[in-house]
Amino acid sequence: MLQVRNLQVHFPIKKGLVFDRTVGAVRAVDGVDLTIPRSTTLGLVGESGCGKSTVGKAILRLVPLTAGTVTFDNLELSALQNEELRKARRHVQMIFQDPYASLNPRQNVESIITEPIRTHQLRTGAAVHQRVNELLDSVGLPRGAASRYPHEFSGGQRQRIGIARALAAEPDLIIADEPVSALDVSIQAQVINLLADLQEQLGLTYLLISHDLAVVRHISDTVAVMYLGAIVETAPAETLYTNPQHPYTLALLSAVPVPDPVVEDSRHRMVLQGDLPSPANPPSGCRFHTRCAYAQRRCEQERPVLRDLEPGHQVACHFAEEIAVSISATRGGDVVL
Amino acid sequence: MSEPLLVVDDLHVTFKIHGGRAVRAVDGVSFAVRAGETVGIVGESGSGKSVTALAILGLLPSRGVTTSGSILLNGQQLLGASEHDMQDVRGRRAAMVFQDPMTSLNPVLTIGRQLTETITRHLGVKRDAARDRAAELLDRVGIPEPRQRLKNYPHQLSGGMRQRVMIAIALASDPALIIADEPTTALDVTIQAQVLELLREVVRESNTALVMITHDLGVIAGICESVNVMYSGRIVESNERHHLFASPRHHYTRGLLASVPRLDGAQGRLVPIPGSPSDVIAWSEGCAFAPRCPAVSDACRGQAPELVSSPEGGTLRCVQPAPVGMPVWSGR
Repeated sequence: MLQVRNLQVHFPIKKGLVFDRTVGAVRAVDGVDLTIPRSTTLGLVGESGCGKSTVGKAILRLVPLTAGTVTFDNLELSALQNEELRKARRHVQMIFQDPYASLNPRQNVESIITEPIRTHQLRTGAAVHQRVNELLDSVGLPRGAASRYPHEFSGGQRQRIGIARALAAEPDLIIADEPVSALDVSIQAQVINLLADLQEQLGLTYLLISHDLAVVRHISDTVAVMYLGAIVETAPAETLYTNPQHPYTLALLSAVPVPDPVVEDSRHRMVLQGDLPSPANPPSGCRFHTRCAYAQRRCEQERPVLRDLEPGHQVACHFAEEIAVSISATRGGDVVL
Repeated sequence: MSEPLLVVDDLHVTFKIHGGRAVRAVDGVSFAVRAGETVGIVGESGSGKSVTALAILGLLPSRGVTTSGSILLNGQQLLGASEHDMQDVRGRRAAMVFQDPMTSLNPVLTIGRQLTETITRHLGVKRDAARDRAAELLDRVGIPEPRQRLKNYPHQLSGGMRQRVMIAIALASDPALIIADEPTTALDVTIQAQVLELLREVVRESNTALVMITHDLGVIAGICESVNVMYSGRIVESNERHHLFASPRHHYTRGLLASVPRLDGAQGRLVPIPGSPSDVIAWSEGCAFAPRCPAVSDACRGQAPELVSSPEGGTLRCVQPAPVGMPVWSGR
């Protein structure tokens, strides 16, 4: 089980040529709590710049943490150094968005997949080759792929190579950062199904980072919505999509196009005004208040904390209940569509 | 019904590639758009949808490209028109909005300069008047403080703002036709919703004809009146949008709908289309979708299926289509 407590990642803003002064900080992640039970999937959604990818990198310690703890199965990842950290990383692997940029073009597939096996000394001798074949089988690539190079494969196949590389280390947790965004529509479903199958077979735990709310609903057990470095709502997937409480979640859901003209014609659109504010200079109080249709004076002054609405469903909004009541009064039953 | 504004008839675009081989990027595409109408072209990478757009506006390179067929804009033949004539068409009567607002704006010129350039070029007004018009346009596309924004460079604006500027440039000379090539693909969903709303408004208020090119079936469902589905350079199915989504008949259209997860309902396992868009056979040897089609039979190979009008409306290129009235989705 993965536990993230009060995770903060601030990137310093430097100024000056001679004196390297720090003049401020980009608060990319500013107090995030996450819990992912073993063999389940947490979907972390948000728009570009909200800090979702930084959360993924921070868990793997690929960026320095400003504050907070990351614990995976009694192992405190955030406290490890050097050799211990390297060993621990075997348990947590990452799948990247861009299957073109995340594979070394000069390594053949066998070499890409064996690298984690050799690094962590998981197999020796002929067993390495055997393991490569197993991994290729499990991600649905032909065994002949081993001697070929990344450029010989299509985007979907490259993503499978990336998944095989992640599996090679025999991890327990996989952080998938936009794993299907770069793929053609008809190929996305293949990769989504593969991830679901692998979870079932190997009991993997997933942190799925994505901007695509439809993909996240399909694959996640729990969903957390991020806005400007903080989580604004988290709930079991079914609850979040049928009974969203934070005005940002509502706006996000109402903005996703649905491939059905009947739904598109009849749904309520909640078009947000303006753009995402800069995380270097976040708004006071509730960070969403500058774009929120329901903002009141209290929202400008006091930052709302995540509070329980019901078990498992938390929201960071002062007025969530009142907003939900007013929306269901004007729209009747269905809040999302 | 009014006469169509744009009529594309049997358009072919062939690229010569290394070694004397030729790629038929667009292979006999026909469709028409009326004023005030939005027509969608949907397809995956390599389906020829963007090349179709570039061909309409005469933006394809002249070397190594052969085009044939006919493109009529208000009765004027655009295919084979001189560059001088095309410059008049582009911007004044037809405009294009591209996918990536960062690379399609000039980074070293201010927004104001790029807008007024279009205005003075096509409307022949003085600089001061052009500036006023530029500010009006920015205001119309929903950019706050338009006069200050005119002095900004593209990097000072966010992605959504830049796309609004692109739309403002497209609107500068009140074109009768706008071609939008994946205009919201690079944007976040909430910004996408803003831009789509803006495009709807433009079509409604100015009676503009809009050709919407996208891979996103959700965007198509929300904005287009009729839809053309392209695969490997040809239209495989076209219909009015309600009919297309309620009764998709080509197995590629059905495959696309079954493979996208939907926001509004928990569905079981997704049904992907096997293979990848590059697994095609040449149309001369049969249906290009045959290698990936679940309903493939001997009849699909040997010769290409013709695009025929079906009695229920729409056109279809398939020898054994799914029966009428079988939605991929049986409702929520």
